[in-house]
Amino acid sequence: MVNTGSGERSKPAVVVQDLVVVRRGREVLHGVDLTVPRGQLVGLLGPSGGGKSTLMRVVVGVQLVASGTVSVLGRPAGSADLRRRVGYVTQSPSVYRDLTIRANLDYFARVVGADPGAVDRVIDYVDLADHAHRRVERLSGGQQSRVSLAAALLGSPDVLVLDEPTVGLDPVLRRDLWALFQSLAEEGATVLVSSHVMDEATRCDRLLLLREGRLLADDTLPGLLAETAAPDAEQAFLTLIERAEEAEVR
Amino acid sequence: MNRRLTLATARRVLAQIRADPRTAALLLLVPLVLIGLLAWISDGTPMFDRIGGALLGIFPFVVMFIVTSVATLRERTSGTLERLLSTPLGKGDFLCGYALAFGSVAVIQALLASGFAIWVCGLDVAGPQWLLVLVALCSALVGTALGLFASAFARTEFQAVQFMPAFVLPQFLLCGLIVARDQLPQVLERLSDVLPLSYAVDAMSAVTRRTDPTGEVLGDVAVLLGFSVVALVLGALTLRRRTP
Repeated sequence: MVNTGSGERSKPAVVVQDLVVVRRGREVLHGVDLTVPRGQLVGLLGPSGGGKSTLMRVVVGVQLVASGTVSVLGRPAGSADLRRRVGYVTQSPSVYRDLTIRANLDYFARVVGADPGAVDRVIDYVDLADHAHRRVERLSGGQQSRVSLAAALLGSPDVLVLDEPTVGLDPVLRRDLWALFQSLAEEGATVLVSSHVMDEATRCDRLLLLREGRLLADDTLPGLLAETAAPDAEQAFLTLIERAEEAEVR
Repeated sequence: MNRRLTLATARRVLAQIRADPRTAALLLLVPLVLIGLLAWISDGTPMFDRIGGALLGIFPFVVMFIVTSVATLRERTSGTLERLLSTPLGKGDFLCGYALAFGSVAVIQALLASGFAIWVCGLDVAGPQWLLVLVALCSALVGTALGLFASAFARTEFQAVQFMPAFVLPQFLLCGLIVARDQLPQVLERLSDVLPLSYAVDAMSAVTRRTDPTGEVLGDVAVLLGFSVVALVLGALTLRRRTP
């Protein structure tokens, strides 16, 4: 890999070392190590219940961790000065259902100190300009999650953490959103997107495969295909999961 | 704390109230209906003059407690609180934004309710009328602050609404409305000394009965503000940036 930048820009955006998380008395992440390079679109893939959301909550700094270190942009995750630089979209839309799209975004824009044009810009990004004056509760589920995504884009964050942002969307919208994530990464943002749909792997610069609280892969798609001699991402992941299961049996 | 973020939060909460005209109407009109009913059933007796003032202190507390506990529970369950706490917004901005928004609703409610009680129902107020609004505002602030705190212990809106009788009815029984506080059994009198609603009712009774109640009322107001601050601090402790 060629490093075009220097100094802070050449360091990874997220570094996780030996991360252990316990939720409701159950260990859900068992010593995870990974790095997310800057300015890349990284897919966090794996079956539901494997710890993807928990890992994302750790990166954002809202999850208590049992042990291990997590740094984002060179600082401990959740540091006060990261709050302006990290955007987070939860799995279910976290916006005010009783307010209009614009009222929601106006408020969140003030909270993150976004520039005045930011609200119109993010409404265009998620293609909701025709609905800006409708209340969130009157929108479809897919539209609601796009409002939530728009709110996270407001402060032009350096790191975007998106938990299953394309779930339940039609194919055209999914394609458009992945194109948006790619363009955000090209503009220099680091985008970490989780999904349990393996074919979305083809859209990512790098892939992380998380299963049952362990990281099975941290590679590019071509790298994974070469490693596993599989024809596509889904087969590659199945091969890796089978290998992990065999290792557990032994 | 940041004044801009606090004001933005207060404006957003007020926009949510405006977006729900039915709730706004209930907030402002139910006290009038209850005062009117009380005046009507006590027609020909001195009861309305005896407890009408006290009710003006109880409404804002009860109403703001319910509204705030449900509203902040929604913030907790919808994920908006988690989103806000991952931004530069401070806990103080969040809490004071709520207090400011519901405090201003309480002022409007107090103006309507005391105006209705005095000019339509004929409540006798010996002291200055503006004190009624001041006490109502302080009572509302305690209700808001306690509602914020209580919402941390509810997982559903159903539970949050059930906190109202649990938090409020004992205070209602002990605040001096039914039996004067100095005639309660000693244990209960001591207990009523540490409950905020007692001070709201004492202050309202003083305004309606005395021609110069200002000193006594300001003492009660100070106690009510003290309760609000303590409840807000406790509420702040329940707002965690990191959760298990």
